[in-house]
Amino acid sequence: MHKPNHPALALHIPEPKQRPGDAPDFSEVVIPYAGKLARPDTAAPASALRDYPYTLIRVLDDRARAVGPWDPKLRPETYIGLLRHMLLTRTFDDRMFRAQRQGKTSFYVKSLGEEAVACAAALALDRDDMCFPSYRQQGILIARGWPLVEMVNQIYSNQGDLLKGRQLPVMYSAREAGFFSISGNLATQMPQAVGWAMASAAKGDTKIAAAWCGEGSTAEGDFHSACTFATVYHVPVIINIVNNQWAISSYSGFAGGDETTFAARALGYGIAGLRVDGNDPLAVYAATAWAAERARTNHGATIIEHFTYRAEGHSTSDDPNAYRAAKTAAQWPLGDPIERLKAHLIGLGVWDEAQHEALAAELVQHVKTAQKEAEANGILGHGLLQPLASMFDDVFETQPWHLREQANALEAENALRAAKEAR
Amino acid sequence: MSQMTMIEAINDAIDIAMTRDPNVTVLGEDVGYFGGVFRATAGLQAKHGRQRVFDTPISECGIIGVAVGMAAYGLRPVPEIQFADYIYPGLDQLVSEAARIRYRSAGQWTMPITVRSPFGGGIFGGQTHSQSPEGVFTHVCGLKTVVPSTPYDAKGLLLAAIEDNDPVIFFEPKRIYNGPFDGHYDRPATSWAQHPDAEVPDGYYTVPLGKAAIARAGNDITLLTYGTMVHVAKACVEELGIDGEVIDLRTLVPLDIETIESSVKKTGRCIIVHEATRTGGFGAELAALVQERCFYHLEAPIERVTGFDTPYPHSLEWAYFPGPVRIAMAIAKVMKD
Repeated sequence: MHKPNHPALALHIPEPKQRPGDAPDFSEVVIPYAGKLARPDTAAPASALRDYPYTLIRVLDDRARAVGPWDPKLRPETYIGLLRHMLLTRTFDDRMFRAQRQGKTSFYVKSLGEEAVACAAALALDRDDMCFPSYRQQGILIARGWPLVEMVNQIYSNQGDLLKGRQLPVMYSAREAGFFSISGNLATQMPQAVGWAMASAAKGDTKIAAAWCGEGSTAEGDFHSACTFATVYHVPVIINIVNNQWAISSYSGFAGGDETTFAARALGYGIAGLRVDGNDPLAVYAATAWAAERARTNHGATIIEHFTYRAEGHSTSDDPNAYRAAKTAAQWPLGDPIERLKAHLIGLGVWDEAQHEALAAELVQHVKTAQKEAEANGILGHGLLQPLASMFDDVFETQPWHLREQANALEAENALRAAKEAR
Repeated sequence: MSQMTMIEAINDAIDIAMTRDPNVTVLGEDVGYFGGVFRATAGLQAKHGRQRVFDTPISECGIIGVAVGMAAYGLRPVPEIQFADYIYPGLDQLVSEAARIRYRSAGQWTMPITVRSPFGGGIFGGQTHSQSPEGVFTHVCGLKTVVPSTPYDAKGLLLAAIEDNDPVIFFEPKRIYNGPFDGHYDRPATSWAQHPDAEVPDGYYTVPLGKAAIARAGNDITLLTYGTMVHVAKACVEELGIDGEVIDLRTLVPLDIETIESSVKKTGRCIIVHEATRTGGFGAELAALVQERCFYHLEAPIERVTGFDTPYPHSLEWAYFPGPVRIAMAIAKVMKD
């Protein structure tokens, strides 16, 4: 019964500022000057860091010069290596997206515009630190030198696939590269990373863990469980939130992004929270290195929000023009991470357009070679599948009777099918 | 050899596992300093240290999630979920993660996790401290589900579960933590003292997973059951004076189908008894397996004796509980012809 002396309640349903047909408008995005923000001591208590979630760590200024206390001041060769990893990631994404369109696989997820988030973070971590990625951090595998051919084999679910054709494309698992098995269930990797790092700490080890999830999946309970455990046990873990502003068709407002920043989640947990320009490779490196040092010296976890923009669709299965303004990525005020690093290196005088073109051409050949090698192992759905019986392996360490029976039943079914086809 | 309650046997098993393997780690709500609300982990933190036995936030999702991460690192976590009724927030981490990581990583990672959890009713726990959700887990590929019914088995099965390299759901029937239960709720409670199955060997031994026990041998009818209901079924058979065979399944997945099959082929009659709700319960799977394998040996249709498809009621607990009368009615029906 409506009470006459009370206002009627109203339900707020978030709605992005622009939809298809509207012109992109990022005028409300607040971008502080690069280089102005102090770099606190990595041992500073979280209570001394309360402003960091509301600003943006930036190193490269508008003319691509590295400025301010967060400038990691790495050697130019290191930056050229980072540029190579980012460009290789982009080249690989481009070829694999096309492979999906050519019917060679079922699904693909590009990371266009987000290459710095993965590649620069990988550079700031030790090779034996453990990564618990989401599905858009293929740049970590590339930065860690995981063979492209293994990635393509996985994407094609072919006979060479180390995961035996069991996982959706891009759900890699590479223990040797410190890259945990990716789950399609979102944010499950967050408490797992915390648990891994707790184990490392309990054992008196020196390795730390890092996890990545999108801003959308910070709404999952797993994310909050991870943060609670991370603060309670001062866990040596880096909790990365890749805020690319879109979760398939839902903008970040549906994860609470209209009301606060994602880095500010850290405040409620008493964890250090940093917000970084995710399209600035030097800033991503600097923030990750800060958090890694904090973790490694027993000062606990850091939440890093990487403020970036998903330049294309969520995956091969959606068309962003159906739900957001067209050509938004080109308007993103923080630019493109590869272009910015390239401009920085040119400004340093260690890189030029000709070198860049040569690198791009070399990387295309590199990807094509890997793709060709993988195609010899088959493409999805065209022969060269894993043996039927492999379906029943690895459910348990040893196969119980009921799985043995089911494997035998499948063999019989297959023999009957073959006999029918032969007639 | 010592006379132990099931709680003491479980505590002893964890202690031995922790002593034998430095990677065994215990975590859960109230398991550390206090030693657990049922005292299953009493004394373990003092003995093995806070790095290996510790309290957690009240987050089943977090408890299972960090256990998965610890297992990925190389530990052998033994998380406790304080009541099985609370396990659901951790379900995604069990079903989509722990149970599948060996498979989806093609063996790069394994998940040697034993989730201990008190379950079942008969303790006036109401709907949130009485459930038997084993059927939720037996339906999940990649999980093993174990339910002990005696102190001897609890210790041996738990040691086997912790050593197992796959995730195990270890449900402890809390009604029989401190003594067996014949289903007569109106009679004085009995203790494990003097009970032959409460004589527990000192030190290390295992009871293998996937092997049932014949809790009572007989020739005329087979009762398939587990947990608390083993004792109720046994008492009922004896009170009726029939020659019934009571099979204690001990492990639901993987199931000891051979013991079941040979018993039912011998007796020609089969009843399945569990406390959990009826529809889609593990009894349905057992009934299907028995008819697939023993149909031509059956003299009567298989009967299920179960809890009802309602939440576990508080005041009407004993009307809900599948006690001696309900079992006797099913026996009468199956043995009629």
